[in-house]
This record gives sequence, structure tokens and C-alpha cells, in this order.
Amino acid sequence: MRPLHTIALAGLFVAAGLMAAAALDISGAGATFPYPIYAKWADAYKKQTGVGLNYQSIGSGGGIKQIQANTVTFGASDMPLKGEDLDKNGLVQFPTVMGGVVAVVNLDGIKAGDVTLDGPTLAKIFLGEIKSWNDPSIQKLNAGVKLPSQAIVVVHRSDGSGTTFVFTDYLGKMHADWKSKVGSNTSVEWPVGIGAKGNEGVANNVAQTKGSVGYVEYAYAKQNKLTYTKLTNKDGKAVSPTIEAFTAAASSANWQSAPGFGLVLTNEAGAASWPISAATFILIHKQPKDPAAAAEALKFFDWTYTNGGKMAEELDYVPMPANVVTQIRKVWAEQIKDASGKPIFAMAH
Amino acid sequence: MADVALPAQSIPTTSSSRAKALDRLRMGDVAFRILTRAAAITVLVLLGAVIVSLIDGSLPALRAFGLNFLVEERWNPVTERFGALAPIYGTLVTSVIAMAIAVPLGLLIAVFLTERCPIWLRRPIGIAIELLAGIPSIIYGIWGLFVFAPFLQQTLQPFLITVFGPVPVLSSLFEGPPYGIGVLTAGLILAIMVLPFITSISRDVFDAVPPVLKEAAYGVGCTTWEVVRHVVVPYTRVGVIGGVMLGLGRALGETMAVTFVIGNAHRISASILAPGTTISATIANEFTEAVGDLYTSSLIALGLILFVITFIVLAAARYMLMRIERRVG
Repeated sequence: MRPLHTIALAGLFVAAGLMAAAALDISGAGATFPYPIYAKWADAYKKQTGVGLNYQSIGSGGGIKQIQANTVTFGASDMPLKGEDLDKNGLVQFPTVMGGVVAVVNLDGIKAGDVTLDGPTLAKIFLGEIKSWNDPSIQKLNAGVKLPSQAIVVVHRSDGSGTTFVFTDYLGKMHADWKSKVGSNTSVEWPVGIGAKGNEGVANNVAQTKGSVGYVEYAYAKQNKLTYTKLTNKDGKAVSPTIEAFTAAASSANWQSAPGFGLVLTNEAGAASWPISAATFILIHKQPKDPAAAAEALKFFDWTYTNGGKMAEELDYVPMPANVVTQIRKVWAEQIKDASGKPIFAMAH
Repeated sequence: MADVALPAQSIPTTSSSRAKALDRLRMGDVAFRILTRAAAITVLVLLGAVIVSLIDGSLPALRAFGLNFLVEERWNPVTERFGALAPIYGTLVTSVIAMAIAVPLGLLIAVFLTERCPIWLRRPIGIAIELLAGIPSIIYGIWGLFVFAPFLQQTLQPFLITVFGPVPVLSSLFEGPPYGIGVLTAGLILAIMVLPFITSISRDVFDAVPPVLKEAAYGVGCTTWEVVRHVVVPYTRVGVIGGVMLGLGRALGETMAVTFVIGNAHRISASILAPGTTISATIANEFTEAVGDLYTSSLIALGLILFVITFIVLAAARYMLMRIERRVG
């Protein structure tokens, strides 16, 4: 009996230790795309408050499953959940930070920003309908640029990715055929092209293959100085991918139109708007099992909206515009409550 | 032996203490037998648990698609219509390419090392081959993507396209633009990866052939080829097949290296220069961001299929060995 006692006691101690750790740290799981900025924020937040963040970047699918199973305080997803899914699971959804998606090319003598594409053309390229770079529809957008009569090689992501979701959502809005034949998701049935793993895989395949075109996250394209294209936005203006262009798209969007701020910022209006950008989302229970932990999590995100903007820009993410943050805080105060119906988050601002 | 091992003072003097000592020894034996049996049963329990959870996880997909899952080529996460044919095809074709290159090459290396190699060269080549086995697959993947694929794109692939272009059937096998990555590249990487298994096992079993047999053959005037063909290989058949099967097992299940260089397209193309996909590459690519029960379930069903394929391969190998043994014995 005595060894059993010892084991039971040891187990109790371990459990107590785990509970103590859980009380201190905020736990979350999900999307890989925002992981670098969450880690950076968490580091700064811990230095200031002593509260750490334990974020497992296991992918959006895993994040959604874990928050449904209630094993974490918050889940994170690149793809927004639909209103009915949120209601069914009693979840609140809000965006934390945004990123852009850019098209990159490999053509002799072409530098970043030299080539301009628009949505319908990009969709036709990825459908395999436009096969050569000197196709009239590309040449029309690029008067004065000498385009080679080279075959277009399409490179896409092979791993499931929020980047793919945003990009295919954009193509679907720009071309009816894309919407009906392919659709949009974290991975799709690509009509043409080769699949490469991760941003680095796409970038490398594009770099190696003359005449290729692919899409990567803005941060990755910028840090690796890839040859991005300009895109024509909804207002008919050719824009370059910059933080300002992403912010312009976010500010002009009508965030209240979608339940849980579930907007994908593709083809937004505004002369300065970049047409393909998107936010990444947090999921949290409306009536959390552990209100104290949920309150800590909300405090953390509240702090990131106030103090995290500069850190986000350093990593080439785009902070949420102030008007959106005000709406998010309002939703927290109104919707997230403990068992007695008392709001967990108090509007301090 | 036991008497020798026992310390002098414990040699029993009376018959009762002798019986007690024997009992103790027997108890030890029983305990040891239980211990080894438990260890063996653990394997069975683990395997059973894996099978059960694979079947349980793939039930929704199998219910939705039935046997159609095996013959459907489309893999569409948007409409949630899934079929496993393209990954199954890719898995088998890359493994066949890998084995077609690695088996002859591995056997030739093993023959050279055991029959023809100068002593001073034996050790460096042997160590080099064992080091190949120790390289993690992710390194093969990165090397394949950054070094090997561009090299193939500029050399082997254009060569194949121009040489086989005018030949009727082979032209479709080597068709299309040289992407660098694709089914052939994946097969070549796999060949490099399984080569050490086949070589080192073949070398070890070749070494175990009694010298007197070989010397007798040489004595009656056989050439090296004849010695290898008629003495060494028949004597070591079982071991060589074991090494080949080990290599095939690795080729079927290899994930990371293949994912980097195969192109990851859910399509079946006649050309082996075109991009394709394999079962394990598909799972590794898509599992993290797969949303929806049917999608994840289909990925788990792919895992189940790979499990079944591996099982069939192993069973076929056992059956072959049994037939060989019966014929010889």
C-alpha cells in the first residue's frame, strides 16, 4: 500500500503544480500565421505583468477543435468561423492583427512592382486559362513593359494555410468561374500548377522557375525581397503592397456587417486599398468555464491593442484600426459573461 | 553451468534447502518469462490500438464515400469530395522508382565491398553508407529542394524530354516542362534514402557466406560474377529480401523529404516529370489546417490505407520467404 500512497501523493503534487501554472499563464492554441507576433507580444507582456502566454501554434483546425473541447482558454484561426458555427458553440470571435498576401513572379529583367495584374487576370492565370506572359490581357495592364512569350508556371501552397484561404477568396470574388469550379478554403483542388510547402517553399520554387507566379504572405515577401507585382484594386488603381495599403483596406471595411468580425478583406473599396489582406481571429467562449482565465486572456489582448501596434509593424503585421478595436472592446463587455451573467471584461477606456 | 555460476557457500547441503534453491530459480525463470511476454504483448496492444483508432477515425469518410474512396481521383476540400487514388498512385510509383534504382545499385555496392574491394577502401565506403542512413529526412528534403531539384531541372529532365520525345510510349512518360520537382525527383531522393538499408544489410549477409563455399567455386574456375550469381546470392536470399523489404517500408512511408520535392498536386499524370503526391505527404501537408470532420476523417482514412499497403507488402515478403525456404529445404 505504501508505494501506492506515494504515487498518489506525487500525482496530487503534479496536478497542483499544473493548476498553479494554469492560473498564472494564459493558454491558447491555433493558427501558425500569427504565432511570431503572439510570441513577441507575450514576451513583452510577461515582462510587464508577470503573466505568460502558452500558445501552441498547431494550426487553425486544431485551434478550433481545442476551444470547442474547452482544453484551452482561447483558440486562434486564420479562417473566420461562420455566424451559425459561433452561435452553435457559444463562441465570440474577434480579430487581433492583419497581414497581406502578395503575388510574386520570376521574369527576366522584371523587378518588384514592375508588373501590374488585376483580379480577373490573376484568376485566369491560376485557372490555367492564361498560359503565356505575353497574353494580351496581361500586356494590356502593362503598357510599356516588355513581357516575354514564356509559359506561366503556377506555384501554390501545398499545405493547408490561411494564406491560401484569403487568396482563393479573392480569386472567387474576381472571377465567377473560380467561385464555381474551385471555391475558397485553406486548401483547394488546384486546376494547374505545382504545390510547395510553406511560404519558403513557394518562394523557392518561384525563384527557381523562370516564368513562374505564386502567392506568399506580405511579411515573407518583404523580408526576403521577393519580386512582388502591383495589383489593381476595386477603385481601378494599381497599388503596391504596403502597411498603409493594408490599413486603408481595413479602415474602409464594414466590420459590423459580418458576425464575429468575420470579414476577409479582399477587394475592399478605397483608392489606396490593397485588394488581398485578412485578419487572423481569436475564439473564446461566451460563458467561459474558467472566467478568471478568460479575463486574463482578454486583458492580454486589450493590452496588445493598446501597446502592440509598433511591435506588429516591426514584424510586418498590420495592427487593427482604432475604430475596429473600439467595436471589439464593446463586444467583449456585452457578450462575454460569467455564470452569474456578470461581464468579465470591464471597459476601462 | 548453473553449478559453476553459484557461489560456493550457497551450494545446498540438505535436500530441503536444495529444493528451496531450485524453487527460487524456477520462480526467477517464471518472472523472467512473464516479463518478456509482457514486453511482447505491449507491441500487440500498441498495434491494435493504432488500428482501432485509425478505423474509428476514418469511419465518417468511409461511410460517406464507401469503396469509391479508393478509386476516386478528385480531392476537393471545398466541396468535401475526397478520393485517395492520386496519393495511392503517387506512393506506389515513387516507391517503384526508388526500388528500381536502389536495389541493383545497393547490391552492386555490397558485392564490390565483400568480393572486390581493397581492404583499405572497405571501411571508408562502409562508413559513408552508414552515414547516409543517419541523415534526417528533413535534410534530404531541403537538399532536394534547394540543390537536387534545380540540378535535375537543368540536366537530367531536359535530357530525358529530348531523348524520349520522339519515342511513342516513352514520350508521354517523360513529357512536359522540366519543373525540377515531381514524381521522378521524389523517387530519386527516396532511392538515395533507402540505399543504405539495402547496401548494409546485403553486405552483412554476403559477409556471412562461408568462405569455403566461395573458395570451392573459385577453385573450379568460376568468375566473380558466377560466384556471386550461383553461390553468394542463393545462400543469402532471405537476408537480401529482408533488406529490400526494410527499404521498401521506408520508401512507402517517407514523408518530409517527399513533401518537399514531389510538387504536391492531387493529379495522376502519365508523365513522371509531372508533380504528384503521396499518402504521407498529403497527410503532413493538410492535417494541421484541415477544418471539418469529413476532411480530417478522409486524411485519417489515407493513413489507414497506407497501413494496409504496408501490411500487404510485409505479408507478401513473408510469403515469398516461406516459398523460398520450402523449395530449398
